[in-house]
Amino acid sequence: MSMIMRVFRREFAAYFATPLAAVFLTVFLAIIAGMTFFLANFFDRGQADLSAFFMWHPWIFLVLMPAIGMRLWAEERRSGTIELLMTLPVSTWYLVIGKWLAGWVFAGLALLLTMPLWITVNYLGSPDNGVILASYLGSWLMAGSFLAISACVSALTKNQVLAFIGAVVIGFLFVMAGFDLVLSAIQPWAPAIVVEAISSMSFIAHFQRITEGVLEVPALIFFFSLIAFALWLNVQILQVRKAA
Amino acid sequence: MVLVETRALVKRFGSFTAVDGISFSVGSGEVVGFLGPNGAGKSTTMRLIAGFLEPTAGSAHICGHDSHADPVSARLRLGYLPEGAPLYPDMSVGAFLEFVAGMRGLDSARTRERLAEIVESIELGSVWNRRIDALSKGYKRRVGIAQAMVHDPDVLILDEPTDGLDPNQKHEVRELIRSIAANKAIIISTHILEEVEAVCTRAIIIARGRMLADATPAELIAKTPETGPDGMARSGSLRLEDYFREITRTPVEA
Repeated sequence: MSMIMRVFRREFAAYFATPLAAVFLTVFLAIIAGMTFFLANFFDRGQADLSAFFMWHPWIFLVLMPAIGMRLWAEERRSGTIELLMTLPVSTWYLVIGKWLAGWVFAGLALLLTMPLWITVNYLGSPDNGVILASYLGSWLMAGSFLAISACVSALTKNQVLAFIGAVVIGFLFVMAGFDLVLSAIQPWAPAIVVEAISSMSFIAHFQRITEGVLEVPALIFFFSLIAFALWLNVQILQVRKAA
Repeated sequence: MVLVETRALVKRFGSFTAVDGISFSVGSGEVVGFLGPNGAGKSTTMRLIAGFLEPTAGSAHICGHDSHADPVSARLRLGYLPEGAPLYPDMSVGAFLEFVAGMRGLDSARTRERLAEIVESIELGSVWNRRIDALSKGYKRRVGIAQAMVHDPDVLILDEPTDGLDPNQKHEVRELIRSIAANKAIIISTHILEEVEAVCTRAIIIARGRMLADATPAELIAKTPETGPDGMARSGSLRLEDYFREITRTPVEA
């Protein structure tokens, strides 16, 4: 545990050692505010809730989480520090979890900075704060899933741009999985169970259930197990690359 | 006491064989110099021993622990300086060494004690709070050596520890290696043949992934004539160079 915390602290501090953290947080807040107020017309809806805010999260995270996650392993490979890190006397699991956790807490910090919106709706009306809290948690979990995928892709390459593009493409598949556009394309030929399986991978469907106010256990299990699987895969990728 | 042992170590990258059946052991108190042309397999051998790469065949052991099957136990006893001394550029020297010490299992009291000793012996005091990316090449290399030594390991593997240092710094690093060598097994790789003569108790010459020689520097020097091709008398390190050229230039027959 203390080893995970050491990796986490180093990695988290690395975000703030460069302008990356400031640029990321500014861009994130600007985009999310722009979408909430201008695209979703937050004020014209006449409802004291944050659904206009949360509905954009899957799309924003799709691009911004790979931006946080792309450096996690690719940068270590590029600079050679991976050789230092991987010859320390700790299990690869601690390294993988510590790095992912740093990105996840950083994403949590970005979410925390959107709190003024929550305060605003409480000032303007009386929203269901339970739903909002659940939505924040769901959003953070979804961010963690995008990040775990990004970290995994980052372990495959020393090129951060490739890591970014790969993570966006894979994340896009998870976002689009529940859409009729995708499902109607596979329905004619794939067995029902495959169609069912693909549609159940949808980030948006799971996230929507949480934001609708039912903090659904299956949705939570979905995100948790996706994160666990991606972290496991991340460890495997690092092990296999040793033998290559 | 044998601290490092490799048994018929083989590493292939696709169809290329980088390390081809290397077996040797290094005991306590020995400083072994790895010599060989670029691409001979020196760094790959070191990576296999450190457990950064997995061998295609054979095994490497540190203090009896297989560096692939039992990596954590093996690495606890190993200090490793990878080729090029990679460091985290955005950290300060102090924060970086504290991070490595913690990751190597030192508690905070022991970390303070060891870092105080190392600052003294490697002279890092003046740059302690500087960011690593603002350091000169010589200081970066010294930070790399410091991180390898921070937990006072039984085994030190240093890939080109004096590369990029000026003559004074080279001398200091060699003095340092000599001063700690008594009850450790140390393996260094180098291109500088006089370095082998200066610090190593044994030299292993590697070319095309195979061991061509394993002897003391004096024995290797004795294998070449005292006068060079030009008829001039040759000193120790020049004779070592003659020998090195002679055996690494001719193709090895299987």
